[in-house]
This record gives sequence, structure tokens and C-alpha cells, in this order.
Amino acid sequence: MSQFIISGSPHVHGEENVKKIMYTVVLALIPAILVSIYFFGIDAVRVLLIAVISCLFFEWVIQKYLIKGPVTITDGSAVVTGLLLAFNVPSNLPWWILVIGALVTIGIGKMSFGGLGKNPFNPALVGRVFMLISFPVQMTSWPVAKPLFAESITDAITGPTALGLLKEGLDAGKTVDQILADPSMPDYLDRLTGNMGGSLGEMSAIALILGGLYMVWRKVIDWQVPFSIILTVFIFAGIFHLIDPTYYVVPSFHLFTGGLMLGAIYMATDMVSSPMNISGKWIYGIGIGLITIIIRMWGAYPEGVSFAILIMNAFVPLINNSFKPKRFGMVANKK
Amino acid sequence: MIALKTFKKGGVHPEENKLSADASIQKLSFPKQAIVPLGQNLGAPSKPLVKRGDEVKTGQLIAKGESFISANLHAPFTGKVLKIDDAIDSSGYRRPAIFIDVQEDEQWEEGIDTSETIVREIKADKQTIIDQIKNCGVVGLGGATFPTHVKLTIPEGKKADYLIINGVECEPYLTSDHRLMLEKGEEMLIGIKILMKALEVEKAIIGIENNKPDAINHLNELTKQYVGISIQPLKVKYPQGGEKQLIKAIVNREVPSGKLPIEVGCVVSNVGTAVAVYDAVQKNKPLIERVVTVTGKAVKKPSNFLVRVGTPIQLLIDAAEGLPENTGKIINGGPMMGKAITSLDVPVVKGSSGILLMKRDESQRNSPQTCIRCSKCTMVCPMGLEPYLLAKLAKLSLYERAENEKIMDCIECGSCQFTCPSYLPLLDFLRLGKNKVGQLIRSRK
Repeated sequence: MSQFIISGSPHVHGEENVKKIMYTVVLALIPAILVSIYFFGIDAVRVLLIAVISCLFFEWVIQKYLIKGPVTITDGSAVVTGLLLAFNVPSNLPWWILVIGALVTIGIGKMSFGGLGKNPFNPALVGRVFMLISFPVQMTSWPVAKPLFAESITDAITGPTALGLLKEGLDAGKTVDQILADPSMPDYLDRLTGNMGGSLGEMSAIALILGGLYMVWRKVIDWQVPFSIILTVFIFAGIFHLIDPTYYVVPSFHLFTGGLMLGAIYMATDMVSSPMNISGKWIYGIGIGLITIIIRMWGAYPEGVSFAILIMNAFVPLINNSFKPKRFGMVANKK
Repeated sequence: MIALKTFKKGGVHPEENKLSADASIQKLSFPKQAIVPLGQNLGAPSKPLVKRGDEVKTGQLIAKGESFISANLHAPFTGKVLKIDDAIDSSGYRRPAIFIDVQEDEQWEEGIDTSETIVREIKADKQTIIDQIKNCGVVGLGGATFPTHVKLTIPEGKKADYLIINGVECEPYLTSDHRLMLEKGEEMLIGIKILMKALEVEKAIIGIENNKPDAINHLNELTKQYVGISIQPLKVKYPQGGEKQLIKAIVNREVPSGKLPIEVGCVVSNVGTAVAVYDAVQKNKPLIERVVTVTGKAVKKPSNFLVRVGTPIQLLIDAAEGLPENTGKIINGGPMMGKAITSLDVPVVKGSSGILLMKRDESQRNSPQTCIRCSKCTMVCPMGLEPYLLAKLAKLSLYERAENEKIMDCIECGSCQFTCPSYLPLLDFLRLGKNKVGQLIRSRK
């Protein structure tokens, strides 16, 4: 009939698309990737490659042979998931554990719910927690960071993380001051730059914050989630520190150790599994902060960010239903 | 310099592409045959007063607005009524229209002042103004085409504090209001004065986005002679031309959900409407012509034309040096809210602000992907709605829930769909939902 295309408005589209968003996240992860390679060398490269390739492979296999639908591995989401999975494991993790972890991440965490956009839980964390519970020894033997150009002292040293040291010390009845004075405990600068034992990507707070700022600027994440998590951890840990400084460590210790920065900036902000509205994002962030500190202070594990995020992921549908955006024209007008 | 204001909630910033901003308004030649649709205003279509074979003069009343929300229609040309028949309009439907065979030498209806002299003194009193606006068939020229005389009739117990004039033109590409402010500034200000008199308000504020500094400066200069009229420069943000957003931006009042601006003491009118009011009251000249932008990235000569209602858009496109070969879509209006039209025979009506020709490669939508729950649609919605949720509810026919989630507050600005990284047709589903919920609400009465 008509030679012209007919469609409803709007007739123009902004520049944003899914692929762009995903590769923006990848770009934001580059500083942290470089830091991990600096500290862990070829091991970091190995873990990153295995995780990313396995995630892409499992997504491809499942989409092509199980679902028999369109294959969308080029959208970048599996790359992001793979990188984040690698960030959450120690650099000396045996390759086969990582591959199983990737299968759980993509297979159970993502594809079993219907793929991108449908998963209620952060897939990389599903994989991580699966590995943590199934392979607790391998998942918690942390190689000590060994900067690339520093003289190598000994090979294959493993040791606990700063949070692990804290927990062990407290359990042994030491005071916080004694634990912090211990020479194996990384000092302030080390904690900030990542010169300590830990998962691949949780090392350098500075690199993670840098990437986070870039994502906020590109509007890929909202600042509310990371900010509310960090603020809650700081306040909550601070209150207890004020009550008993011999048992509860200074709040800044919590901010720059373990997976807090990684979790707050990259894991909790996962679009798919976080709330849709600003007020909801605050509630979600505060919840993650509280649960993290509760687990770290009184839980069995020294680290609690992953569990905190997964628990709050489960509340997201409820949060979305209960905390609505402020509608226009709903305020009583004073005339 | 006054601080820039804007509305707070949501909004997007599409590429402005004001290609025709420097093209001064040109009078367009007359067509051989004009098609004057009867339903050019919001509300009931006008009732024809002429029949086949009748001779009409320019400006003669040819159809009357009979119900409360309706408007008069006048002959835009001198000539003979060929027939009253259905014709495709910009909605794509065939609707009744008066066909006029246009005669070359023009004869105006008596009593109409067609000179260019500016009449500054406002003699008419409040009621005369409203009657004259009604007689001359003035409707809102911003696009909604709500009959102006109805807007000026303030309901019992309400009072207007401000007249807000919309010179925002937040739609990309369009420049007709911009040119009008530059070239008919004085007429517009007199029109605003007339509207102020009719509404009995002391203050009128013209909102202009600061991507039009020439218009802001020009009008700032002119308003020195006009007590009570001021200019408010606004930050560029879409959809600032939305009535509710504009009120929020300028006087920081929020029109309650489901209510009209008068609820917060405001009346909003477009700059084009103000000029039409001037013509009606000072010149006794009915609304038969308007400024229409013809634009697009492939258009050879993006232009602004003064066009008589009823002129087929083919003529406008010819005057802009022809339809580009790779045209894929023709839009009546701007790219954010305009309607894609099916044929070049569609006539210009009172509500046409522009004709946008889009190249074939920019006309196609990208195929929708899955929602990644990024919440961008919620963040940009100027009404504080959740487009992803409303679209899903509409898709699932859960209309009552959609109503509770305030689907009827949607102003169809398209910001959600514009911003969606998954190319989801959110607004398509929102329109469907609004339609169904509207039926639901009406069926309860």
C-alpha cells in the first residue's frame, strides 16, 4: 500500500543499547583487571580467561542445544558475568572448579530462569557461593599478593585474608589492636591499593571505585546502591566500634577489606537482580550493608557480602512492589 | 541573567537537530484543491454549514462547533465547495472533510483586517474577547488543539494566578514556534495581553529553552513595553513542553493527577495560539493559517512556511525542494510525539506544527530484545511511572492493576521508549493500556 513506514512515536531512539551497557561494564572493570594481573601475574590471566571462556561456552551450548533458541552470546552479558566470577575466586583455584562454577553460574544462575533479564539472583554470586560451599578449602586458600616486579620471596605462599585474620584473632581472644599490630596484617596503604591476600578482583579499592565512578558517569549504574551499602556498613560498624573498640574493628577496615567494594559497586548493582526504583535501591543497599556486617561480626564466615547480596536479591520483587517511585501530581498542592 | 529552571523528575535529551532554525517564515503558494478536515480540534468535529457547489470566500465560516468542546472552521481559500467526503488525515483514518476547488484571485470575507499593521490597543472586554476567540475557531496550536475559548472559561470557584506561555518547543527538529517568536514577537505579546485580560491575571510568563538565545533576547527587549509579561529561560530538556512539566518548571506547582492546570491556578497556552488570538481579536481574522516546519536530515532546504489549513503536504515538501529519494517515513509533528503519515495528500490542519522527513535508514525500529530491568524507563519518566511494569500489565491485559499504577497519567512523551536499551516498544503497549483502561473507566459511569 503505502511506500512509507508507519509506526507509533517516538521515531527516534537514544544511543543506549544492551551491548553498549555490557561493554561499558567491561571497560569499567579494566583497572581492577590490571591490578589483579599486577598482583597475581599469569595466574590472574589464567583465571580470567577460563571464567570468561567457560561462561560464553556454556551460554552458547545451552542456547543452541538445550533451548534451541537464538544465540545471544555476543551481547556481552556472559563476558561480564565471567569476569565477575573470576573476580570472586582466589587466583590459584584449580581450573576444573572454575569450570564447574561457570556451569552453575550460567546454567543455574542465569539460563534456568530464562536467560538475560530473568534471573532473580546475581549469577556470578550463585556460582561463587556454590563453589564456596562445595570446595571450601580451595576457595579460601588465598595466595598472598606478589607484585609483578617485586623480588619473589617464596613461591606459592597462601594465607588468610585480612578479614580471616581478624576473625581468627577474635576467636582466639585477642583484641583488635593486637590483631592489627600483627605483622601479617596488611597495613592501611596495602588495604587501599590491594596489596594483600584475597579474591582476584576484590584487591584494590581504588581501581574498583575508579570503575564505579565511570559507570555512574555513563549512567550504567545508579550511585544509590553502592553509596547506601558503603554508608550502612560504615555507620553500623562504627556504632559497634564506639561501643567496644577492643572487639569491633574501625569501620574503615570493613570498607577496604574483603569483597565489599567489589560487591557494592559491581555485584549489587547488577541491573537484572536489583530494584527498579530509587527508594527501593536505598532499602536494598541498606539491607545489604546490614547483613554484611552481621555476618562479618557474628557469622561463621569471615566474609558476608556475597550472602548479603543474594539474600537481598530475593527481596527485590517485594521491594519493587512496595516502594514505588514518587508519582507526579501526588503531593497535596498548597495554593 | 536569570537562573535557568527546569522540571525535576525524569526527562531525556534527544539530539536537537533544529535544522531550520535560521530559515525565516515564507508564505506558501496555494494548492489547486484544498482538503479541510472537519475534525481539526480536540472534542467534537465541526458541523458543516456549506454544501456541494457553494462559493466560499476566504475566512468565511464553513463549519460550526456546536457542542461544548468543539471549534468553528473557516474557509482557508476562496473557491467552490467540490464535495464533502472522507479523506485520509494524519491519523491514517478516512474522516469527513470539505474539499474546496481553490480560485486564484482571493476574496476575503467582509470585516477581516488583512493588513500587516499592528493594532496595539486592546478595546474588547473580557466577554467579547472570549466570544471573538470562539467565533474565529482558535484552538491550541501546540498540537493538542484544545479549543481556546473553553480553556479561557474558568470553572466556578477557580482562579488563575498565572498565564504560562509555552515557547519551549522541546520536540527535536521543529522550529515553527521559534521563528514565530522572532518574527511575530509583537503580535504574540499583544495576544498574551488579550489572554491575560480574558483570564483576569496579572502575570504571564513565557517559558523558552535556552537553545533559542535569539528568541529570549528579542522578547526580553520587546517585553519592556508590556507590563506583567516576563521571560523565563529554561534548561533544555524533553518533555518540557508538556503542560504539567512546564508549570512545574516555571512556577514549581504540581498539577494533581487527573486534574487540569487551573487546579494550581495556571493556564497554559502556546506562542502560536497567542498570535492566533491576536489575529482573532484585533484583526477579526479567523484561524486559517499557521507556521509549519518542513525538515529532515535529507531535506534540501529545511524551511518554515506560513501555510493555509487544507494545503496538502505534498505542496510543502515541493517548496522545500522535493521529497528526498531515500525517505522512509513522513511524520506529522516532531520525532518524539509526531504521527507517521501514510500519504502526501494528507492536508495541513490547525494542529500541524511540522513535517519531518526521515531517511529510510533512520526510519526502521531496531528489533526488540529482552528487558534487562535496567530501570532507565522509570528514571526518565517525567510522571514518575514505571513504564516497564505498565507495558507488561497491558500485555497481560491486567488493566485494573495498570489503572492502580496510574497508567492514565502517562503523557505519551515517549521518553521511556527513547531510552530503552532493549528497544522495547513500551509506548505502544502503554497506549494500548491507556485505551483499554479508558474504556474501563467510562463503562463504570
